[in-house]
Amino acid sequence: MSVFFQQLLNGLSLGSIYALIALGYTMVYGVLKLINFAHSDVFMVGAFVGLYVAAAFGASGAGAAPLSVPAAVAVLCAAMAACALLGMSIERFAYRPVRTAPKLTPLITAIGMSLLLENLGQLVFGAEPERFPQILREVPYHLGGVVVTNIKIAIFATTLVLMWGLHRFVTRTWTGKAMRALSLNLDAARLMGIQTDRVIAITFGVGSALAAAGGILFGLDQTTVTPLMGILNGLKAFVAAVLGGIGNIPGAVVGGLAIGVSEQLVAGYVSTDYRDAITFGILIVMLLVRPQGLLGAIRSEKV
Amino acid sequence: MSANIRFKSPVLVLAAVVFAIGCKDRGGDGGGDGRHSKNHGPRGGDGEILVGEYGSMTGSTATFGVETHNGIQIAVDETNEAGGVKGRKLRLISLDDQGKSDEAVTTVTRLIDLDHVVAVLGEVASSRSKVGARVCQRKRVPMVTPSSTNPEVTKVGDYIFRVCFIDPFQGLVMAKFARTNLGLTKVAILRDVRNDYSVGLADAFKEAFGRLGGTVVSDLSYNEGDTDFSAQLTTIKTAGPQAIFVPGYYTEVGNIAVQSKRLGLDVPLLGGDGWDSPQLVEIGGEALNGSYFSNHYSAERATPTAQRFIDEYRRRYHETPSGLAALGYDAAKILFDAMGRATTIDGPTIRDALASTRGFDGVTGNITIDAGRNAVKPAVVLKIEGGKYEYVATIEP
Repeated sequence: MSVFFQQLLNGLSLGSIYALIALGYTMVYGVLKLINFAHSDVFMVGAFVGLYVAAAFGASGAGAAPLSVPAAVAVLCAAMAACALLGMSIERFAYRPVRTAPKLTPLITAIGMSLLLENLGQLVFGAEPERFPQILREVPYHLGGVVVTNIKIAIFATTLVLMWGLHRFVTRTWTGKAMRALSLNLDAARLMGIQTDRVIAITFGVGSALAAAGGILFGLDQTTVTPLMGILNGLKAFVAAVLGGIGNIPGAVVGGLAIGVSEQLVAGYVSTDYRDAITFGILIVMLLVRPQGLLGAIRSEKV
Repeated sequence: MSANIRFKSPVLVLAAVVFAIGCKDRGGDGGGDGRHSKNHGPRGGDGEILVGEYGSMTGSTATFGVETHNGIQIAVDETNEAGGVKGRKLRLISLDDQGKSDEAVTTVTRLIDLDHVVAVLGEVASSRSKVGARVCQRKRVPMVTPSSTNPEVTKVGDYIFRVCFIDPFQGLVMAKFARTNLGLTKVAILRDVRNDYSVGLADAFKEAFGRLGGTVVSDLSYNEGDTDFSAQLTTIKTAGPQAIFVPGYYTEVGNIAVQSKRLGLDVPLLGGDGWDSPQLVEIGGEALNGSYFSNHYSAERATPTAQRFIDEYRRRYHETPSGLAALGYDAAKILFDAMGRATTIDGPTIRDALASTRGFDGVTGNITIDAGRNAVKPAVVLKIEGGKYEYVATIEP
């Protein structure tokens, strides 16, 4: 039984990271009906910014001394800020010029942006995997047969705080309200006097910051980061967003956790060979059976 | 529309002609990385013997290609300083295959057809050696691979040789070492299921360890590129092994070491020569302390021949040569030795001379080429401690 709980715990921590990435996909889709493929590479950039900021604080490589908690939080904030800027610039320079073009154009632009970031990443950061520094000193706690490290606790805590913050932002602030208005009807929102360009930029900024946080937590949890780490993890987060109902914020969280747990249980009890197959199988089945996702509502398309 | 095509086609033809001339012109100088001499002409200068090399000088296994090239270059320079082969100087033409199999085919074809090399050295990765070997075999040009350990490589044909041991042998070495030297009875296996090399080692280990009276308590897999191994490691932990055999490449191994310690699974890891990269301890750090892997040679247990090579390598490149660099050197030296013994410098005679290599004193041990054109030689087992490799044992075939 303790094995099951260990797998469940590991799955939830992996799922938290997927959920953080999925939120960015779902928010942008909600507002613009655009699948931002470059989002998964913003996640990668976040991890590398964290790696370099940590190195500037004196923590690099496998043998590095851990940072103090405030310094670790500073690393997280720096990466989130850098990626918020990156996300907003991507929107400003790549997506805004083609926003009124046919739907296929922004989609192709997004794929191009993603490839650009991946290859730039290999050029700037190098193609070899790099060890993510231990910015927190690792302390294991044994609860029955289950090992919980403070890193796992940090992952859950960071994810919870960020999601609570996002929830407050979307439901309680004026900008959040504007964001929801945009997702209902962009033109109507503009007619109501909402500065849609500004709100869209903020949506990209917030989504990218969350992805950056996901990148740091991923590095902490999984030891190595590479310029191509966004591809598979981003795809899985996208599946999570679709599973929960794309455009639906709580759906992205539920989807992320579900994918993380399912992967871990499949790898632990069936075989790793089927892990990715089952994840993408879920996507196909979901699209066939309930295309609006677990928490998505059926919305009539306006013609 | 059709007028447009008519207008364009003469331009296209002209472009194609210019391109073809351009290619022909570049043929002589060996192209690529600019490391070779600038001497033009397809047959080389006055009586020079041309030897080709293909390897991954760039790409994700760049350290493999570059280190091998360094070893080969030392062998070429040494032989030339000693008067060359049959009084003729050697010239090495090195091409970069970028770590891609299709590029390997192109580079080998080019070495043989355009540069007219008499023999080919390369590759490290078995998959690329296999495709390069097919070209060499078809054109009857001898090929010596320094470090491709997959058994299939030399089975391509009678012109293909290697100077390293093969995968089943490494699995056997680690099984013997785990059972006899460490006295272990329960070992788990974690294999990279998409990698022929890893599967070959794992199967050989499983068979030999069982035969020697040990039990493989768990046999799980991962895929190259994975970063999360906690599910497999959690399952392995419940089986209670005394060690885990992880015959993969260095990136995942470093990761597995860290994640197993995190789950409280504090047992040594065992592995093969795929671990041999400075990146291994950079990623795995302290978590790898007390782990063992089999390799081609140990810089600590150097024979006079090996010591001379190690000193020269350190003087040139300011680091201790890896097993791959040493194998590159040995592959080149065995080829030049065979050329010296061959009556004429052409494919079939060099092939026969290579096949009759016996007891060659190489950096990586005493090398004899067997009937399957594989090298018969011992392996060493190294222990990782504090980021350094310590020599532990030599296991004979």
